[in-house]
Formats: sequence, structure tokens, C-alpha cells
Amino acid sequence: MKALFVPLSVLLGLLFFLSLSIGPESISLWQGVLDIGAGNETIQAVILSEIRLPRALIGVFAGATLGLCGAAMQGLLRNPLASPGLVGSSSGAALFAIVYLYFFAGSAGTAWLPAAGMLGALLATLLVYALAGRQSSITTLILAGVAINALATALMSLLLNLAPSPYAVRELVLWTLGDLSDRSMHDFWLMLVPTLMGWALLIGIGAKLNALTLGEQTATSLGINTRHLRWRIFIAVALAIGACVATTGMIGFIGLAIPHLLRPLVGHDPGRLLPAAALGGASLLLAADVVVRLVPTNEPLKVGVVTALVGAPFFLSLVMRSRKEYL
Amino acid sequence: MSLISCQNATIKLGETPVVKDASLQISAGELVGLIGPNGAGKSTLLAALAGIHTPSAGNVQLQGRALQDHPAEQRARALAWLAQSGPINWPLSVERLVALGRTPHRSSWQQASSEDAAIIERVLAETDCLALRDRIANTLSGGERARVLLARALAGEPTVLLADEPIAALDFSHQLQTMELLRNFANGHRSCLVVLHDLSLAARYCDRLILMDEGLVVSTGAPQEVLSKDTLRTIYGVEAEITLGEFPSVLAKHRV
Repeated sequence: MKALFVPLSVLLGLLFFLSLSIGPESISLWQGVLDIGAGNETIQAVILSEIRLPRALIGVFAGATLGLCGAAMQGLLRNPLASPGLVGSSSGAALFAIVYLYFFAGSAGTAWLPAAGMLGALLATLLVYALAGRQSSITTLILAGVAINALATALMSLLLNLAPSPYAVRELVLWTLGDLSDRSMHDFWLMLVPTLMGWALLIGIGAKLNALTLGEQTATSLGINTRHLRWRIFIAVALAIGACVATTGMIGFIGLAIPHLLRPLVGHDPGRLLPAAALGGASLLLAADVVVRLVPTNEPLKVGVVTALVGAPFFLSLVMRSRKEYL
Repeated sequence: MSLISCQNATIKLGETPVVKDASLQISAGELVGLIGPNGAGKSTLLAALAGIHTPSAGNVQLQGRALQDHPAEQRARALAWLAQSGPINWPLSVERLVALGRTPHRSSWQQASSEDAAIIERVLAETDCLALRDRIANTLSGGERARVLLARALAGEPTVLLADEPIAALDFSHQLQTMELLRNFANGHRSCLVVLHDLSLAARYCDRLILMDEGLVVSTGAPQEVLSKDTLRTIYGVEAEITLGEFPSVLAKHRV
């Protein structure tokens, strides 16, 4: 157990430090910390506390949320292809965030953006649930998720299509790509509360997910209320993913791949995978966010693009491996 | 004392009543065989006794109290259900899989105690699974898998064990070993209801048999009372030769 959690925590710490150290301006971290401590508003202090710190913190919490929610969904649905996006939470959050940016951001500012994301995620999840029916099988749930995802994507396209100016289109498209730059501490605090509420709901579900390994009926005979568990995870994912997507845009791949990669390292135990996937997800998002700052491009690279670029080949290797298994 | 019972239970899967007006009662110390042709409703009745299905009419009682009045954890500690063909969704090691049987005894936070470890060790030994403990559970053969899942059910140290065809995939030696295990399990304050198709072994090991057909409990009683040439002809549709005694045998000769 420790053999995995200690190195993952150390890795996360290192990446956090690296994320604070890297940027277009080279500053002395130590000097920055000293200046903040002394209350001096030097350039180091401002860059550190208002640009790099929120970026790194949002990276940690959004990455951890993606990994954790991915592991929870995969455990619940007992399917390695499940991800937070599967039941519509990500695209629902993105749609509502875009609607908010499109219609309300001008008058109300971005303060309610995470709330809009959560609302979208919750509504999409509820729709999927209603579509699938109360006694739904996993397959029906997945099908309903695909349908709601398609609807949300279509509505996003419609908004882009009707956008008044090319500039607005560009803004919205860039926002959906997934990005951690130019976020403030204010954005971080807004995202933090619902994110932690989602995490709190996931505390203590490990043993229940483990029991689900034997199927819903045997889990029921072991005293697990499987319907209750399903609701709990759906609401947790809607809260945490909704807030994160509203803050960072859609960041793919992490919620799918991190649980998948770490699973063999925890003996395929769905419960122990949860904390491991949270640490792994945070590390991967921070690492990707360091990479986008190091790669010299004319336009700043978006972190969601990088994770998607890494994600596609990973998905292909998954397909190849499962093809071998079923041959 | 009756450990588990049902009165006039009707159980529907969808709209179809699969079990109709079934009543039975299992006392402490009893090993009872639930027999009957395919589709008789045995598995559905067993699952209803375990609380997986809720009867649309009638009721199920565990230790003298309505099943749904027991808190889920308390019910899970008192009663274990072994599915006929349950899935194993992740490639867990056998030991980890068997440890899942301890779920109702641990809170979410507790790590496995030394007591848990001792119980897991014992049930692995009883089911002859010690050599399999580090194998990946979903790479096992059908018979090995059946033994491991039985070990999982026993690991909860239940008072009532409801086992659905635990010996169907086993070889001769393991069939006898498992029946002896169930026989020893059902003594004193515990009892076991087991779905069986091997009528010879059912007659040899069970105190009582419950015969089902087309959703109805047709007869119940000592093996020699339930198993008759007439019954086998009318219910199973076979002409059979029945020998009783120390090693009873039921031999189906041909269909009628």
C-alpha cells in the first residue's frame, strides 16, 4: 500500500514545485515566498501568488477530481471504459458553462460559472438516469449517457454556429479545449467548495465498490444498498466534475486512463484505486500543464489538447490489448 | 427454532410469477436440499430468501423476524447467498476475493484484522483452495471458481447459508468434500439450504428435501419420502431406479 502512495505523493509534490517554478518570467521562488510573507508586493510575489499558485492549485484539484471520479465510475459500472464523461456530467457542465459565458458573463461576471457547470452536470446526470429507468442495466445507462452526450455536443455546436462574431466563437472554442492558464485564486476558491463536497461523498465507498466486484446481487446480499450507492456516486461526480469543468473546460483522457493505468498496481482493488487515482490524476494534469509551458509554440498550447493527444494512442493500445484478450 | 422461512411467497420476475405461493421453513441444524427440474423456480426462491427479490405476496422471515425489518448489515452478517453463476468483474487474487465475504463485518475504514485473516485461512482450507490463494480469480477453471466463491460465502461466518448449485461444476472428490463441508456447517445453531441436481448426493447428505415444480413447492420431507419412482416419473419425466441405504442412488434409466 505504502509502496505506491509514498512515491505518488512525492511525485505530486515535485510536480507542484515544478509548476510553480516554470513560466515565461523566470523568478526566484524563494524570494517570492519571502516577499509574500513580508507583505511586499514585488513582481515575484505577484507572479507567484496571483498567476502560478492558482494555476498549480487548480491543476491539483481538477486532476485529482478527474482521476478520482474516473475510478469511482469504473468501479461502479465495473467497466474499464467508464469515465466521468460517460453519464453526461462533463458535457452537461461544458454546455451550461458555455451558455453562461454566452448569455450572462457580460452582466454577471464569472462568479456563477462553477454553479452553472454543476447545474449542467447534475441535469445531464438526472436526464441519463431518467432515460435509463430505475432498474437500469449498465448497458442501458451507457447508451443513455451516449445519447445525452450527443445532445449536449449538438447544442454546443448550435451555440458556436449562432455566435455573433468570430471573436466570440474563438473564445468559446478555446474555452472548451481545457486550460489552466489565466485563472485566479478567486476562481480556485469558487471551484473548491463543490469539489470538496463531491470528494466527501466518495469517502468510504471503497468497500462497497469492492463488494460490487461480485455483481449487484451478491453485493446486495453483502448488505450494500446498490441503488443508494449509484446515486451517491452520480451526485458526487456531478458536483466535483461540474465545478472543475466550469473552471478548466473539458480535459479528456485523465479520468479514463489514470484509473486504468494504476489499477494493476493496487491489485485491481476498486477501493484502493480511489486515492491512488486521485494522486495520479493530479500528477498527470500538473505534468501536462508543465509540458504546455515548455513547448515553444506561437499560440499557447492548451493542456486539454495535450492530454487528448496522449489519450488517443493510449486508447488504441487499450483496443489492441483487449483484442488480444478476446482472440 | 426456525432460522429462515417463507409463507405463501409469490415472486415475479417482470410480470411472470416464477414462484407461486411457496412456503417452507428451515430449522437450526438442518441441511435441506432444494430440488426440482430446470425452471422450477429454485434459484428465484433462494434469491428471495436472501433478500435479492422481494415477494409480491407473502413474506420471508429470518430468525423469526420479517427479512426487510433487519438492517442490511445485520442481515448480511446472518445470511450468506451463493449465486449460481455470479460474475467476477475485476481480476482480483483469490485471497482478496474470498476476503470480500468479510464485508458485512468491517466498517468502511477498518483494515483486515488478524481475526479476518484467520477466518479466510480456514475457509480456504475447508474448500481446498489454499493452493489457489494467489491465482487470479477470473482465470480459474469452472470447478475451482465454484469452490472459491463458496469460500467467499463461508468467510462471512453466516448462520444461514443459501447455496445455489455449489457442486454442479465439481469433480467427484470435491463434490463429496463440499457436501461434507455443508453437512458439518449445518449443525447446532446454523443451517443450510442448497439447490442440487444430483439426487443421489441430495438423498445421502440432506436431512430433508424440498421438491419444486413449475413454481410450486410440490413436496417436502425426508429424502426417502420425497424421492419415489412416481415422483420422478411425474415431475422429472424419467423412469428411475432408486436404491436407499448408506449410499443412496437415484439412477435415471430413460425418459418417459
